[in-house]
Amino acid sequence: MADIRVVEGSEAVALAVKACRPHVIAAYPISPQTHIVETLARMVADGDLNAEYVRVESEFSAASVVSGASTAGSRSYTASASQGLLLMTEVLYASAGMRLPFVITGVNRSISAPINIQVDHQDTISLRDSGVIQLYVESAQEAYDMHLAAFKIAEDPSIMLPVMVCMDGWVLTHSYERVEFLDQEAVDRFLPPFKPENYLDTANPKTWGSYAEEDVLMEFKYSIHKAMTEGKSCIRKIMAELTALTGRDYGGLVEAYRTGDAEVVLVAMGSMAGTIKDAVDDMRREGKKVGLIRIRCYRPFPYEDLVAAVRGAKVVAVLDANVSMGSEGAVGLDVKSKLIGRPGVPMVIDFIAGLGGREVNSTAVREIVDRAERLSSSGLPPPEAEWLDLNPAIVP
Amino acid sequence: MKISSGAVVEGGTSLNYKTGNWRDQRPEIDPESCKQCGICQEVCPDDAVRQVRDRYEIDYNFCKGCGICAYECTAEAIRMKNEEK
Repeated sequence: MADIRVVEGSEAVALAVKACRPHVIAAYPISPQTHIVETLARMVADGDLNAEYVRVESEFSAASVVSGASTAGSRSYTASASQGLLLMTEVLYASAGMRLPFVITGVNRSISAPINIQVDHQDTISLRDSGVIQLYVESAQEAYDMHLAAFKIAEDPSIMLPVMVCMDGWVLTHSYERVEFLDQEAVDRFLPPFKPENYLDTANPKTWGSYAEEDVLMEFKYSIHKAMTEGKSCIRKIMAELTALTGRDYGGLVEAYRTGDAEVVLVAMGSMAGTIKDAVDDMRREGKKVGLIRIRCYRPFPYEDLVAAVRGAKVVAVLDANVSMGSEGAVGLDVKSKLIGRPGVPMVIDFIAGLGGREVNSTAVREIVDRAERLSSSGLPPPEAEWLDLNPAIVP
Repeated sequence: MKISSGAVVEGGTSLNYKTGNWRDQRPEIDPESCKQCGICQEVCPDDAVRQVRDRYEIDYNFCKGCGICAYECTAEAIRMKNEEK
């Protein structure tokens, strides 16, 4: 019988990590990640989880500990948010380069300054180029499921890269939801023990991330890129395996929600998608042909699924909970780069939405749809990214 | 040559990486002026100065041409010359 309970999102994540039998956990507390690592620390202290829990003095150290532990052949886990993720940045690039398959929960929170602890995607988006695989989840259930998948994806011999499960701070970490848990035997069958080809061994010493001059550096970088791009089929396969095990299907790398005959397609990531789906349902009832693409796997970028899902649409409106200062939102840029040059592709309009926890409600979603429709039929070229709900009167 | 995933290589093999090709100035020791004090060996950040019997030699496989040895040499026995490739 399935174990079904109402739990806080953070607890669901901690229980998923526990079920994956990690050897080493290292973390430094930061809101809104704290409940995840507090729960894991308690499990270890109470003897419910046989893992080494390393208390560190910074996120740089947390990432360094799991990187080292992974090199030694340990299944390793860390979690952080916001400034903490930025402090890990250097280690995460190095870990991807050394092909170390640990799992990180990237709890999404705004980046300082000004200081703000609410949700947006600026922190994890800033790590998109690091070689860390990024999965964005919509619910506590999906967070639970994706942590199980994350270890399996990371440790696949064809991939061997860190995987970050990105979940919206507070909205997902601190809300209570109905979550269905797998029993331990099922998780063990799904995720066999971690047995890397290379691991630290005093009898057979090896060096990780050794020196590479200009004659081979590009090939090393390309091999990471290739593991990501070619890894998409492996990620799809693992997602399908998990679906067979749980009965829950999130659509692989991209969830297409009512996009079949949609004229206006919205694109979003994370918990915002829940509100958008409700708004889509409302608009559908009124006869508006609207749909949503939720990008679940952001790196590697699933452009094939995206291109297929927007076929026939008049306009695509991207909701970006991040901004590349001086340009547009990262997701909008990705979507445009993969559509441009194809015949009959829709106009793509980027909306910067929900920074620092600014609410994106169903009224806002309707506004975006109206605005996108008007802009696409105006005969004018697509405008620069629009900042949703911005109050220009108070901007200095 | 095939590269390894994660740049994982056999340990203790850093001597295989000949970093001396970064150099654009090469130090040359004048054996007549050299007093064999060994300061050049002490200050070399790349451990690229070797004592060979009664004299000191630069290991050009690893010398990056920083010039610290020439600057510190009290006998002014080391001259930096442009590297020609």
